[in-house]
Amino acid sequence: MHRPLDWKDIGQLCDIPVQGARRVEHPAGRIAVFRTIDDQVFALRDECPHKKGPLSEGIVHGHAVTCPLHNWVIDLATGEATGPDEGCTGHIPVRVEGERVLLGLAG
Amino acid sequence: MTTNHSSPPDGTHKPRLVVIGNGMAGIRAVEELLDRAPGLYQISVFGAEPRVNYNRIMLSPLLSGEKTFDQIVINDRDWYTANGITLHAGDAVETIDRQRQVVITKSGLECPYDRLLIATGSMPIVIPIPGARLPGVVTFRDVDDVDAMLIASAKGGHAVVIGGGLLGLEAAVGLKARGMDVTVLHLAGHLMERQLDASAGHLLAKELERRGLTVLTGADTAAILGDSHVTGVALKDGTELPADLVVMAVGIRPDTRLAAAAGLEVGRGIMVDDHMVTSDPAIMAVGECVQHRGSCYGLVQPLFDMAKVLADHLAGRKGAGYAGSVTSTKLKVTGVDVFSAGDFSGGPGTEDIVFRDAGRGIYKRIVLEEGRVKGAVLYGDTGDGGWYFQLLKAGEDVSPLRDTLIFGQGFAPSEGGAANPTAAVAALPDTAEICGCNGVCKGTIVKAINEKGLTTLDAVKACTKASASCGSCTGLVEGLLTHTLGGDYQAAGVKPMCKCTDHDHDSVRRLIRVQGLKSIPDVMQALEWKTPDGCHSCRPALNYYLLASWPGEYVDHAASRFVNERVHANIQKDGTYSVVPRMWGGLTNANELRAIADVVEKFDIPTVKVTGGQRIDLLGIKKDDLPAVWADLNAAGMVSGHAYGKSLRTVKTCVGSDWCRFGTQKSLEVGVNLERMTWGSWTPHKFKMAVSGCPRNCAEATIKDFGVIATDGGFDLLVGGNGGIKLRGTDLLVKVTTEEEVQEYCAAFMQLYREEAHYLERTAPWIERVGLDFVKARVVDDAENRRALHDRFLASQRHAQVDPWAERAPGTAAAARDFRTLATVE
Repeated sequence: MHRPLDWKDIGQLCDIPVQGARRVEHPAGRIAVFRTIDDQVFALRDECPHKKGPLSEGIVHGHAVTCPLHNWVIDLATGEATGPDEGCTGHIPVRVEGERVLLGLAG
Repeated sequence: MTTNHSSPPDGTHKPRLVVIGNGMAGIRAVEELLDRAPGLYQISVFGAEPRVNYNRIMLSPLLSGEKTFDQIVINDRDWYTANGITLHAGDAVETIDRQRQVVITKSGLECPYDRLLIATGSMPIVIPIPGARLPGVVTFRDVDDVDAMLIASAKGGHAVVIGGGLLGLEAAVGLKARGMDVTVLHLAGHLMERQLDASAGHLLAKELERRGLTVLTGADTAAILGDSHVTGVALKDGTELPADLVVMAVGIRPDTRLAAAAGLEVGRGIMVDDHMVTSDPAIMAVGECVQHRGSCYGLVQPLFDMAKVLADHLAGRKGAGYAGSVTSTKLKVTGVDVFSAGDFSGGPGTEDIVFRDAGRGIYKRIVLEEGRVKGAVLYGDTGDGGWYFQLLKAGEDVSPLRDTLIFGQGFAPSEGGAANPTAAVAALPDTAEICGCNGVCKGTIVKAINEKGLTTLDAVKACTKASASCGSCTGLVEGLLTHTLGGDYQAAGVKPMCKCTDHDHDSVRRLIRVQGLKSIPDVMQALEWKTPDGCHSCRPALNYYLLASWPGEYVDHAASRFVNERVHANIQKDGTYSVVPRMWGGLTNANELRAIADVVEKFDIPTVKVTGGQRIDLLGIKKDDLPAVWADLNAAGMVSGHAYGKSLRTVKTCVGSDWCRFGTQKSLEVGVNLERMTWGSWTPHKFKMAVSGCPRNCAEATIKDFGVIATDGGFDLLVGGNGGIKLRGTDLLVKVTTEEEVQEYCAAFMQLYREEAHYLERTAPWIERVGLDFVKARVVDDAENRRALHDRFLASQRHAQVDPWAERAPGTAAAARDFRTLATVE
């Protein structure tokens, strides 16, 4: 059954560096929250589908992040690996309201 | 003294041809002659400059650093030898004795001739104002002038360029690229008034100002100020400008001194007839020194035309003779496209076709007279310059093309009808000049492709010299390859940095410097990056290139660094980090060891290991703990070991003569001092050093990027070693005797590597790519360059030797932003 999302305020937009990321702790696993060059915010499980590398430490470019361990490039919107690699990490809905950033977590 | 030219073995006497002038005109004439009649003459060439023949029109890229001297050499020593030419470089001819048919040089050498060719070129004009001869005032004519400017620009400060013509502007942009504040003084109302109209001159001034140059038009210089060295320039309106260097580039005049002294007929230039023969039938003249039908030329195209005529004459062929040249002009400043040809002064009976696109900074003006192209000025988009020049020279009626003429050849109605570049070059006649720098026409290139089976751009360059100088005709040459070879030609050669750009590493580095690009967005904008903000491959490379090009000015961009360099620790497979404090030369003490032990216990660090670089690695530290770990290590006097960086890593040492019974030098001390000098420097890839106190080489210096092995007499300096995936032993760079020399060579070598290597290229593959001779020529053979490299390294170090750990101490904003979890949610 479909359950409504629980929107959690995690902080201000300016707390996340442009072309960078911050980590959010969650009981189901760490979440990486990214801010891109065009000021969009995305959230993924902070685990590369390859060897569980911390995506929050990767270089953010366009709407993608490169995992620091083995250079897999992950699409921020879907969590899918791009190019020849295959795999997907979970993505989490994000809403920006004014200066606040909210994550849509399963309630 | 008389030169002893031996006769050929068969006893026949070849006529002796003596060439005065080892420049572009004289040697071009010799080349044309060798083409027509190899071995006909016994040839001697005298040059005032102590070097081989080089491409004078490439002095501006030499000044800006886009080219090296080797790259602008036209003919090296081997060429002279292979063609049996005796070169007397650096021994200028002082007298021509026409009676005895000999030339006499400064050193007293006498050389007899049967035919004499004068190709003395021109001299820069020095305006007779007070101070014009002060030290610090230079002209822009030869490699020595460039050297003088490079020495002056190394100190920075203000440069004033007098003259806003072709040469003046090229000097100005070059000096700006070398870091000087540059002001251009120009007497006329707009820049390059002989080549450009006011609109194009204005666009050019705006572009130069955007690049940080100051342009003053209508500026009349009154005096150059200073007592023992230039300090400033005074204008007639009372303005005074500070100056550490003044470049006088107001024009040239034919150098007729030798000819006049020998009693040849001389006007503004040496008078020649249509076969380039002077008033003495045994003497010919060619190039900028001549006056032909009342005209003197200061551009390269006419001298190529003259050289052909002259070679015909010397080879005994009957030709039509020289009828004068129509010239076109290009400004050789990267990123500024300016072209002009013919007469564009307008006036009665002429019509203008003008096209402007202010948004893209494009201006084109074609001047027509009686339906024929009389002149053209192009700014911003000069791709069709060659075509307009061709129409101008052909002098044909262009009325049928008139509707689309201004849009260029791509839009011109042609038989094929296709508007593509290959069709455009296909439509050119065989006599169309493709390469203006080297005077190569279409027919020559096509013939070379067909007859010599050339298939690549490089082969065409090597064989015909087309596109081998400024490169602006590369597109046309590739078009000819495509047209001639059809599907067999594959354009290639450039290996782009990554999929975000078509530029390769070298081109990006060069353009960053030359165009004064100072941020990653600037680079991406100017070089037309194909992605909004690059990728994980190009961004760190750009960040490094900018850091290396603009030390102290460029602000490091953390988001473009790999995580290890951002958090100053090495990420491990489980997402924890390892921390390595610096131990200078591998030396430590009880205090440091105690602090390390305390940190290990306090933060519950699971693994402690001694590294291959003689330091201690603390593995398995959680990211949140990093600032606190560093704070404790800082408190005991330790700093970051940069074990994570594309930077100086370690200087491995043995104990040397302090303790070892075999040691010959204080290797420990030498190593520690090297590490003190070089720590904190960013390099294209990691950089490791070692110092061994004797040839037993316990510090394994022969597999390091820079290794030192002490001997009884001093130190062997070794470079380019690597113990990684591909084992490579070092090459011996040089043997030195003092520790000061070790330091100077080390800094110079590192700086050369920093300036030349591609990002992520270790010294080993770099040296394999460029060759050890490339390094030796710059670091060993050229002491002045070595010192300049050393100085640039130390200047850059002033901004680099900041401990990144201390900058991110607990409680600082940087520590909070970079290391703390943003939030915890349930």
